[in-house]
Amino acid sequence: MTDKSPLSIHDLPNSYIGRSVPRPNTRRLAEGRGAFTDDLTLARMAHVAFVRSPHAHAEIKSIDVSPAEKSPGVIRIVAGEEMARHCTPWVGVLTHLKGLKSAPQYALAVGRVRWQGEPVVAVVARTRAAAEDAAALVEVSYEPLEPVVDMETALDPSTPVLHPELGDNLAFERIVDAGDVDAAFAEADFVADEVLHFGRHTGVTLEPRVLVADYNPGAGKLTVHMSTQAPHMMKNIFATHTGIDEDDVRVICKDVGGSFGIKIHTYPDDMAAVALSVMLKRPVKFVADRLESFVSDIHARDHRVKAKIAVRGGRITAIEIDDLTGIGPYSVYPRTSAVECNQVLNLVGGPYDFANYRAVGRVVLQNKNIMCQYRAVGHPVAFGVTEALVDSAARAADMDPAELRRNSLVPDDAYPYTGASGIRFEALSHQKSFEKMLQLMDYEGLRAEQARLRENGVYRGIGLAAMIEVTNPSPMFYGVGGAHISARDGVTIRLDPTGGVTCATGVTEQGQGTEAMIAQIAASAIGVPLEKVRVVTGDTETTPYGGGTWASRGAGIAGEAALQAGRALRGNILAVAAAMLQAEADTLDIRNAAVVDTDSGSERITLADLGKTVYFRGNELPDGVSPELVATRHYSPRQYPFAFTNGVQACWLEVDPDSGFVQLLDFWVVEDCGTVINPQLVDEQIRGGVVQGIGAALYEHCLYDDQGNMRNATMADYLVPMATEMPDITIEHLETPTAESVLGAKGVGEAGTAGAPAAVFNAINDAIGVLGGKITAIPATPESILKALGKV
Amino acid sequence: MTPSREISVTVNGERVTVRVEPRKSLVDFLREDIGLTGSHVGCEQGVCGACTVRLNGAIVRGCLTLAVQADGAEVWTIEGVSDSGEIAALQQAFLARNALQCGFCTPAMLLTAAALLKENPAPTRPEIREYLSGNFCRCTGYQAIVDAVESAASDMTGAGS
Amino acid sequence: MKPAPFDYAKPASLEEAFSLLDGHGEDARLLAGGQSLLPTLNMRLSAPAILVDISALEALRGISIDNGMLRIGALTTHTELKASKEVARAAPLLAEAASHIAHPAVRNRGTFGGSLAHADPAAELPACVLALDASLEIAGRGGTRKVAAADFFHGLFETDLGPGEILTAVEVPVLRKGFRSGFAEFARRSGDFAMSALAAHGRFDGERVHELRLVYAGVDIRPVRAQTAEQTVEGKAVTADLLADAMARLGDDLDPMDDPHASGVMKLHLSGVLLGRVLSAMAGAHR
Repeated sequence: MTDKSPLSIHDLPNSYIGRSVPRPNTRRLAEGRGAFTDDLTLARMAHVAFVRSPHAHAEIKSIDVSPAEKSPGVIRIVAGEEMARHCTPWVGVLTHLKGLKSAPQYALAVGRVRWQGEPVVAVVARTRAAAEDAAALVEVSYEPLEPVVDMETALDPSTPVLHPELGDNLAFERIVDAGDVDAAFAEADFVADEVLHFGRHTGVTLEPRVLVADYNPGAGKLTVHMSTQAPHMMKNIFATHTGIDEDDVRVICKDVGGSFGIKIHTYPDDMAAVALSVMLKRPVKFVADRLESFVSDIHARDHRVKAKIAVRGGRITAIEIDDLTGIGPYSVYPRTSAVECNQVLNLVGGPYDFANYRAVGRVVLQNKNIMCQYRAVGHPVAFGVTEALVDSAARAADMDPAELRRNSLVPDDAYPYTGASGIRFEALSHQKSFEKMLQLMDYEGLRAEQARLRENGVYRGIGLAAMIEVTNPSPMFYGVGGAHISARDGVTIRLDPTGGVTCATGVTEQGQGTEAMIAQIAASAIGVPLEKVRVVTGDTETTPYGGGTWASRGAGIAGEAALQAGRALRGNILAVAAAMLQAEADTLDIRNAAVVDTDSGSERITLADLGKTVYFRGNELPDGVSPELVATRHYSPRQYPFAFTNGVQACWLEVDPDSGFVQLLDFWVVEDCGTVINPQLVDEQIRGGVVQGIGAALYEHCLYDDQGNMRNATMADYLVPMATEMPDITIEHLETPTAESVLGAKGVGEAGTAGAPAAVFNAINDAIGVLGGKITAIPATPESILKALGKV
Repeated sequence: MTPSREISVTVNGERVTVRVEPRKSLVDFLREDIGLTGSHVGCEQGVCGACTVRLNGAIVRGCLTLAVQADGAEVWTIEGVSDSGEIAALQQAFLARNALQCGFCTPAMLLTAAALLKENPAPTRPEIREYLSGNFCRCTGYQAIVDAVESAASDMTGAGS
Repeated sequence: MKPAPFDYAKPASLEEAFSLLDGHGEDARLLAGGQSLLPTLNMRLSAPAILVDISALEALRGISIDNGMLRIGALTTHTELKASKEVARAAPLLAEAASHIAHPAVRNRGTFGGSLAHADPAAELPACVLALDASLEIAGRGGTRKVAAADFFHGLFETDLGPGEILTAVEVPVLRKGFRSGFAEFARRSGDFAMSALAAHGRFDGERVHELRLVYAGVDIRPVRAQTAEQTVEGKAVTADLLADAMARLGDDLDPMDDPHASGVMKLHLSGVLLGRVLSAMAGAHR
């Protein structure tokens, strides 16, 4: 049955689409009544702690666990070879990333350790403290090997090869060559080039990675309670590598204390903890404490990009880049560690209309912690490069940087449009967004204020950054390469005899508001008040199979499934109502939890009464009526590999030229993420994302010494953004819906993080350029700024 | 291991007597021995602030206080101040402003904000930011939290006048 | 991150505390607020056999002014230090510095005495007591002795405290006429340990500065006085040229080491910036 309503989902009188309604699940969190995985205690639950490698690269000569085994409370101590018999190794490659190679990775190191922090021995004890006591007594003898630390020399013939069987340290290489780059540079009016460094950083979810694995030998079932973004994916991975039938594995994920791409990978310690539960036939809890998190959670970025831009006739005509990234010793399973570099190559120059593009990307192995996808994969690097180039080119051409952007953005009437790297855009609004930004920030006024203040020795800068964001990924992202990662997601919606509506979905909630979003769409599609809707997420046994929450896919993909499922249920309800009321279904509507006459609006039967009739007094239903008060729909984008969004970010800051300290004064975002379902949630995603991007721009950096040891692996030494230094952020929207779905929503989870580093970077250079300074790396520390100014 | 010790602590108004190892932190004691899991463990070195609880009237780091140090003391956690209604206005402001996303920092953020408003009923935005600067929030970017505290302060002082 | 096991004792008197310290020797550590000690235990950077909790020792509490001396009990928390009217009047430098220490929840437990005894080279209060020429009261079995702040800080986390001794109080001369103090620091984020911090104290006679003490934290293995810079400005009017001169000589006083947050060169540079800013503010305060 199709929706006969003359009004669209967005215009229905009782629609929640586009309304800032509070999230239904926050009160319990604000009262300390959350259900985070570490809150869980099971009978006979043991705790595991890991002995981790203190070396970046070493042979394991011997392991002596005998003193540790006598430590009070110890249950079992397991090292690599034994663990490998219970948990098979994995290889992080996908077929569509051609040539990508990696080596088998084990849950516990076998023979050789390849990063400082790699788990070597697992110690299970009655308490975490007892496990740590015993871990401290495990004696591992290592023979240190020369570590491969610097990615710049990782491919040199004299550099040791991490995995001899791979032949060299080159994990992946990709080349893009479009148009006639050499000609474009030869014909350019102006050329600018840069060598830019993007610091390695990490996610620092406030809740660390945590799981409780619970193998029940009687039932032959493995239940893993886990803080994760992708329960169905993890179910597959746990089954594949522990040998338990996938249908006997259940992953339950309740509250998640932040994820940002950290909690979507295969971590050796997680795998070991799950295998230990199977081995010991009892529940095992593993919490990666903060010291472990810094050396075991995936890191991200760490790119060096050589880049060049050509300008002719006041417009960008060509870009050329050479991207090098070091990913640690393994490509991470199952999403691989080639994706960030691949994204950089795809996204550089993305907002601009030019045809000549050459890019080389190389991904190398090294003895540092593993790297993989973290919020806004590749985007901050791509737009950091692009927007730095645009500002450089504007300086070379003596143009206002806003003018060069205005001239070069992909025109709003050019869609569908294929970018220089080959990425396809359905419809974006770069020009309108950019003009809106210039107005919002009062660009001309700021330029005047900047000039005035400089006369008083006050150095302020404006940074602009245009960007696009990959959202709503299709199967072309991972599934096409062989990964068991669902691009589809589903929603099952059920009407109960109370009149209450329950939605179950495969996407997960980590605080972004997934459950509110699903509830708003379902309530709107069916015609019930929001308070009648409950949402269930995070359980592979009770939710439709799906991919989970990543790559800004929740609203665009599960949101569309919710809309379709809600419409289907609405149709089912109206069919039953029509039979009961002896009316034509298309003269009836559902409003405020009641079936009404469409024209008069008069109430015919409440959904609760309808439900009671169906479930309790089915005898009253006419013959042949077979009510189905439940409906499931799935959705996956097909026409475009991704639904791109676009936006512009701008930063206004002051640099103290004596100390190098940066004070953020103002920050603006104009964002077009298609249909906005809940404006408040969208804005808060952007704000949180921007602040993570500011972290990358100014603070966050995994610092390594020349032996491959992370030097700042504590919460005190790894600097995350805190409240005092962060600015207020002003946000405005344009809405260009995707036509691929009825809902028209795209994602917004990563936009803030994608664009903010470029805006901050450009603002700093805009501030210190008149003093002859120029930074070329993020994070921009006070010291790096003073170095740029020649003061230290 | 060292012998455990008996401690008596009044937690959220209820006197509890438990044996704990001297090395057990106050936050682990609350979570593991009392079952009050609303106080969270984030860094165990006093930096992230997620374990903040109230000890004898003052906010403290639950990871940098030993359970044995709380012997004879009065402790209030997020569960207690929620049930008593003491911070209802702040909680309402957090919900209305979506000043929490994952919610992991939120109990500690609320207790810290409540301590601020007790000291300074009408703080400026920079004062709010400064007071909360020992509480890490990875999700919100802080602005919504500052807005919520500002709005709660304004509601609370408004109600008093 | 759970500490290695330890025992715990909470003496009710100094006498009892001394007995515990005597009995356990090197294996005992004093516990006051615990804000520096407990992180190191949680990270298993140290593993004492017993913690002797001195928080019940009333003799170590209280703030009072007597005979021109401000006496601050070792158990005074940073919060109490910051809020004390006596401290604000007699040693405003301490109150100002206390507001830079970490965050409210840490200041509520961290103690003045604990900070000094821990002797973290980046901590604010050791630099302040040195700038104020404070005297530290140390109790032991044999009685009580007083040590000048200048003789107290020996090195990285090392002090004049001997085995079995307890820091009980700090005495600071009440701010005298003409004296002023100043404090500033460069920390990446509010509440972080400083890359460089400067506590300054001196007498102003019109434009001229006398008896100036410039003490830096965060730049060496202990708080360090910049005596060359002090001598450079002694008896002179604070002008831009004089400040530039003093800043240029700071390299004779300070030789900071690199750490993950800043190179030694950067720390020296920032120390110079602090010198200029703090002294200018102090000189400007009378105008």
